[in-house]
Amino acid sequence: MAEPLIRIEGVCKRFGDFAAVDNVDLAIEEGEFFALLGPSGCGKTTLLRMLAGLEVPTEGRILIDGKDMEGIPPNKRPVNMVFQSYAVFPHMTVEQNVGYGLRIDGVAKDERAQRVQEALGLVKLDGFEKRKPDQLSGGQRQRVALARALVKRPRVLLLDEPLSALDAKLREAMRSELAIIQDKVGVTFVMVTHDQDEALAMACRCGVMNKGVLQQVATPSDLYEYPANRFVADFIGSVNLFEGKLVIDETSQALIEADGARVWVDHGVTGATGGTVWAALRPEKIELSHREEGGHRPPVAAGTPEGANMLAGTVRHYSYLGSETVYEIEAAGGRMIKVLRSNVRRYEDRGFDYDQPVWLSWSPQSPAVLLS
Amino acid sequence: MSKKAAPLDYLSRWPLRLWLVLVAIFLYAPLLTLMAFSFNDSRRNIVWQGFTLDWYGAVFQDSDLLTAFGNSLTIAAISTVVSLILGAMVAVACWRFRFPLKPAFEGALALPIVVPEICMGVAMLVFFSRVMPWPDDLPWPFSLGAIIIAHISFSFPFVAVIVRARLASFNRELEEAAKDLGASEWRAFMDVLVPHMKPALIAGALLAFTLSLDDFVITFFTAGPDTVTFPVKVYSMVRFSVTPEVNAASTLLIVVTVLLTAIGLKMQGKDVAKMEGGQ
Repeated sequence: MAEPLIRIEGVCKRFGDFAAVDNVDLAIEEGEFFALLGPSGCGKTTLLRMLAGLEVPTEGRILIDGKDMEGIPPNKRPVNMVFQSYAVFPHMTVEQNVGYGLRIDGVAKDERAQRVQEALGLVKLDGFEKRKPDQLSGGQRQRVALARALVKRPRVLLLDEPLSALDAKLREAMRSELAIIQDKVGVTFVMVTHDQDEALAMACRCGVMNKGVLQQVATPSDLYEYPANRFVADFIGSVNLFEGKLVIDETSQALIEADGARVWVDHGVTGATGGTVWAALRPEKIELSHREEGGHRPPVAAGTPEGANMLAGTVRHYSYLGSETVYEIEAAGGRMIKVLRSNVRRYEDRGFDYDQPVWLSWSPQSPAVLLS
Repeated sequence: MSKKAAPLDYLSRWPLRLWLVLVAIFLYAPLLTLMAFSFNDSRRNIVWQGFTLDWYGAVFQDSDLLTAFGNSLTIAAISTVVSLILGAMVAVACWRFRFPLKPAFEGALALPIVVPEICMGVAMLVFFSRVMPWPDDLPWPFSLGAIIIAHISFSFPFVAVIVRARLASFNRELEEAAKDLGASEWRAFMDVLVPHMKPALIAGALLAFTLSLDDFVITFFTAGPDTVTFPVKVYSMVRFSVTPEVNAASTLLIVVTVLLTAIGLKMQGKDVAKMEGGQ
């Protein structure tokens, strides 16, 4: 395998006793759109700033393009950054802002003007050359910051929460636009965000961080469907977690005896040591059906042990969200379970209402078994 | 009133307008009187006798007064430049760095602002006569050194305080962005931090200049027989009698300060216009 563009090896950043970034190993390939995802204070921005050279790792090393970055100041690194506040220079015009990096590098005036034009065209800001930042909207200012970083043709573009200051509609538009721009320029993007939708929608791969530790690095769909642990399962999307013990663990099946539910999966669990395990079940992977006295139970997959992958419950609350409805179902023992149901038809004879008895059921492929 | 005033449109109501006029009179009546009597054709300053420009002629023939005036302007110019550099540097240091005894340092910095001028004056007198006597046979303008040093010592803290306040609103990411785009420490400072500090630098310079120009107490204690400044000279003239010559000289001083302030403000405005026009 070729050498990755960015290699982070055992990087730690400590502030006194507090480890903001704790022993992170990560490789990012050329041309990737990589997202660092995590709650605020998880160390993702610190990691990004270490890539930019604005912070120095306490331990470990960072290689960009095979070169050790230790001791190399931010102005000598082949990376450029889009800051969270955009940091557009208020006393310069759009043109001067975008051309600033080139002017410092001593690029000739004609070439500079041409490259600035190109960059402004890329972010669709042609005609705004003479404007001052205070005459621009938030979205336009962000485009200036983007053009200013891209015009230097960096090996890596770092983006610190690039969309967090925009309103919802603009955010969505910028998401696809950023992906298109990345595709056009072919620069490696490393983005930091706390918004899981943003990361899943834009990135090729995501790294999920919590408390300074990199929890999992995977593609968006793998993060969602194969979370590495409870934190990732809970942070990406929403999830119902059942804590229990493995009672059957064979190569082709496993059964978890959890409090109030028996969860059966059609694969073995590797690495289980007989301790506690968790079954993670996404709300949209649970089937809802009506439950009546003496009525039929919902069908289950062949081979399902008696009483597994099925729960009796009562609808306690629901939120209608237009495209889908989120039900909160109380199961035996008072446990609340979230179920998501797409509103496929405009009207339905047999919808679910408050205090209605229901069956919850799921297929053996649906639960993810977590060991930590 | 034909138009109804908006709830916060206080200036269109007569009590506030009256108040405004009263404040203006309170502030400017003495100055205007002084100016008016500089044109009075009388040795006395009390009764208006008729218009004349003689007193201005007298001022321009009074070589002592002119020398004092030149001294004052020179001292003010030099001490402003030094105060500006020193004050801005101190402000940046206090804003940027953490160092031991920083609160004590910042407190000590404000001392020249709060210490009574008379104490500063006496302190300067003792300092320059006992600790570091300033040689009195130096050629001009080096002979003004003692006064210049004294003026710098009380005006640079004002610059530092103003610039420090301005720096509090600086977005650190701007500086980081400049460095990220390839700027060295020095370039980032000049390209990003200095433009941000600029309004404070102009305000600080104007303040330092006027503080120096009209300082009497501290100068009085540090001035030698050959290094008389304008306020000290006026004081000695007034001790004999308040002639319209003093009025004329004061009017000239007012004109000079107003002119300089106007130029300063204009420069500030022009700069903004220049940047908006895109170089």
